[in-house]
Amino acid sequence: MSCSRRNFLKTALSGSIAASLPLSMFKFLSPAQVQAATKTESDTRWGFLVDTTKCVGCGFCVKACKKENEVPYDAPITRTWVERYVVTKDGKTHIDSPKGGRDGFVARHEDVDPNVEITKAFFVPKLCNQCENPACVQVCPVGATFQTSDGVVLIDRSWCIGCGYCVMACPYGVRFFHPELKVAEKCTFCYHRITKGMKTACVQACPFGARQVGNLKDPDDPVTKTIMTERVAVLKDEYGTKPQVFYIGLDTNVR
Amino acid sequence: MKNHVLRPLWVVIALVVTVLLVRKVMVPADFGVHGRNFTYGFHRLSAIDDWKAFPIKYRGREVCAECHEEKTEENANGKHRIIQCENCHGPVLNHPEDPEVLPIERTRALCLRCHTSLPYPTSKRGKLPAIDPNDHNPDEVCSECHNPHNPDISNM
Repeated sequence: MSCSRRNFLKTALSGSIAASLPLSMFKFLSPAQVQAATKTESDTRWGFLVDTTKCVGCGFCVKACKKENEVPYDAPITRTWVERYVVTKDGKTHIDSPKGGRDGFVARHEDVDPNVEITKAFFVPKLCNQCENPACVQVCPVGATFQTSDGVVLIDRSWCIGCGYCVMACPYGVRFFHPELKVAEKCTFCYHRITKGMKTACVQACPFGARQVGNLKDPDDPVTKTIMTERVAVLKDEYGTKPQVFYIGLDTNVR
Repeated sequence: MKNHVLRPLWVVIALVVTVLLVRKVMVPADFGVHGRNFTYGFHRLSAIDDWKAFPIKYRGREVCAECHEEKTEENANGKHRIIQCENCHGPVLNHPEDPEVLPIERTRALCLRCHTSLPYPTSKRGKLPAIDPNDHNPDEVCSECHNPHNPDISNM
């Protein structure tokens, strides 16, 4: 077999080039993967921790939220609310949230017979879960709602057409229609506050420390530490939305 | 090709061009895929800055302490130190310029948020000092007897 110098060099060169090609060159990447690889990821992921064992149902959080975020005060809408659960000895669970708990719980539950013994009762604050996979964002037909790189779901008020699709899509019922602005409305984790190093209005207003907000990407953040080390639960895990509001002391009656 | 065949084609092309032009004008320049992907990040980028610019109303007790030293100190020594000033005095906003005076809420309803007796054995609420609002001096304002900044029942 004859092998000219020219042929030998040609084969050797193409062979070494082929050998140096990484296999990953031939991998087909999805656009999302390319974007994830090329974009610098945020070092912040806002999350929330609710300790239901500390909540006494004063409703200062709801009041502060409504005033801070200019939610019409007397309209039956709110970005955050507190639910009361009263479980009686006859096995019934009574749930209420008068005015979303805005004025606190200043009377006994109307449906609870005063002669029946209460076995347990507790308050559960609720707010937007700022899901990792927000269903509300997926359904928006115009791109008016979106997830920021630090994990908060926001609404572009100038772009929302008020179709209400997102209100229907949210499994947690946290979205509503703003009666004055005629757009969809929801909890923003007080984005204007947390991005300036402040706590959300509800967290600041809570006298008992039942609400906490923190950066889940910071391992030294007290919220992250608690979520990592203590037993926490999320609401409606089965929906696959990956909610980022974690609860301590969640009861099976809470939906 | 005959003219009557081509004419609708021109109309369609004109329509498409018009739609594209209108879209170019109407859609903000920073509208596009930002963040994670198209599903969750298709939006107007400046909408984030719009939200960041939202005015802050509740500023926290540290701001109050800058001027109202005496009251904050009195409050800091009492059981009510866990309650923010603004929960009763209202949001600071741009006080003292705007508003010059903060409206103080002195209603019974404010105190009853925590101090209505609710017989809840397993809740922290059941352990707070509480009254039945219909029995306990129903027509009086709480602050007539109780000092809201530093309440002390043993010293009344």
